[in-house]
Amino acid sequence: MLSQEDRRLLYILSQDCRLTPEELSIQTGLTPEYINKKIKQWEKDKVIVKYGLLINYEQLEEDRVTALIDVKVLSQRGQGYDKIAQRFQKFPEIKSVYLMSGDFDLCLVVEGKNMHEIAQFVSDKLSPLDLIATTSTRFILRRYKQDGIEFHGEEEGPKRLMITP
Amino acid sequence: MKHYLSPLATSLKPSGIRKFFDLASTMEDVISLGVGEPDFATPWVMRETAIFSLEQGQTMYTSNAGLIDLRRELSKYMAKSLGLNYSPENELLITVGASEAVDLAMRALIVPGDGVLIPDPSYVAYAGCALMAGADIHYVPLRAEHDFRLQVDDLQLAYTPNCKVLVLSYPNNPTGAIMTREELLPIARFASENDLIVVSDEIYSDLTYGGTHTPFATLPYMKNRTLHVSGFSKAYAMTGWRIGYVAGHPDFIQVMTRIHQYTIMCAPIMAQIAALEGLKAGDSAKKEMILEYDRRRRLLVNGFREMGLSCFEPLGAFYVFPDITATGLRSEEFAEQLIKEEKVAVVPGTAFGPAGEGHIRCSYAYSTQQLLEALERISRFVKKRLS
Repeated sequence: MLSQEDRRLLYILSQDCRLTPEELSIQTGLTPEYINKKIKQWEKDKVIVKYGLLINYEQLEEDRVTALIDVKVLSQRGQGYDKIAQRFQKFPEIKSVYLMSGDFDLCLVVEGKNMHEIAQFVSDKLSPLDLIATTSTRFILRRYKQDGIEFHGEEEGPKRLMITP
Repeated sequence: MKHYLSPLATSLKPSGIRKFFDLASTMEDVISLGVGEPDFATPWVMRETAIFSLEQGQTMYTSNAGLIDLRRELSKYMAKSLGLNYSPENELLITVGASEAVDLAMRALIVPGDGVLIPDPSYVAYAGCALMAGADIHYVPLRAEHDFRLQVDDLQLAYTPNCKVLVLSYPNNPTGAIMTREELLPIARFASENDLIVVSDEIYSDLTYGGTHTPFATLPYMKNRTLHVSGFSKAYAMTGWRIGYVAGHPDFIQVMTRIHQYTIMCAPIMAQIAALEGLKAGDSAKKEMILEYDRRRRLLVNGFREMGLSCFEPLGAFYVFPDITATGLRSEEFAEQLIKEEKVAVVPGTAFGPAGEGHIRCSYAYSTQQLLEALERISRFVKKRLS
């Protein structure tokens, strides 16, 4: 169970992972030594898995398409979903794999240059796999918000007065 | 046409921050640390409830004292979070911001010529409201060497037998100071001994860091002597909604409600509905904001100390009040030169009273990026003056 201080530390780090232990110390009141030790431990325990960037590729006007592919799997005695999920993990095109509730069993997040490339991937690589019953592919058309960040918010928020008592 | 105006009204001085507001408004790329309001929008759960209520056509007057559901929920919140027990029926009044509550308190209590003890520095409206009620103002200095905590010795010096009201404001704007229960006890004794009514503006009571807030009315024998003023503006980021409240003895609340009835009628219903939702479901959003303020507070205090300026650690509200005397500048000079040279707007301590001299008020109701940029600019400015 995380302490309140550790939860806060992890949160601040998740907002800006470039902060040094010294900077984090100023903002949390914890000592840099404690923070250093804690981060090392989290890295070792795979609590912190990776330090990431959130890129808005639309701004770069680069071709990039993301699809959510729902997959229905033929159940296999004694195997659950792990085996097929582990197989999906190996494809570099597949960025995320989730086990889902509902009509489909797994949801894959797939990235490609364009729709054609993803369609090709589905028909060439996914569909022929044993154990797959059906797939349903949905393309993401526009990203409004991701990881808590609004991509298409209003240019400027409501303005506060410059000085108030 | 000026001769038509009431001398009392024209005796009101323009606010000391007006000059900086005008200056800042004409410039571009200004980073302002001069704002006394949250940078967060009101939590969505509250906004959404207000929008829905408008869709449902809830656009009427409410009872003068405010929606009974809101008063009931407020009464529960005050009991649970502050240890204060006020009846929603006759001891609570919903006002148009805490400012209206201060105004009502002064108008209900003051007979022209009565003395009002007001801490200096303090929020600008107290003296204005007291003056308009015909009060004789007695400033009580808050001193940096006491971390801006009110001292009985200073109260004693400012007190004269005509004094009827003491204004208290902790957590404090502009200093960020708080006062503990032990520190407030002598003030309570002083109020009893001198038969003072305490108008305690506790609008920042939810915004304390590393300590719990002591409501003045919870001190021995203080409930009947205290008008507990507060509101939703700061903790729920609702400044523009104008929604506050006052709690006190039924005799006081009855008369204040009457004045409120003739001047305001009632606080806006959509603001009351949003506030009610805040009390029911806004707690987690409030806590998130408090954690974020704490982080920024540490950042700003550390920033000023690293520049070589003395800055006492504020444990409440969202202001720091660093001492800028090491730069050789007076508060107003500092603020004026800073905005012209580095385009950072701060408020000179003197805008809150003469005892604010030697200090500037900086708000940390800004994003960490803005605060870091502001600190870099102020540091450059200060460095030139210190070397």
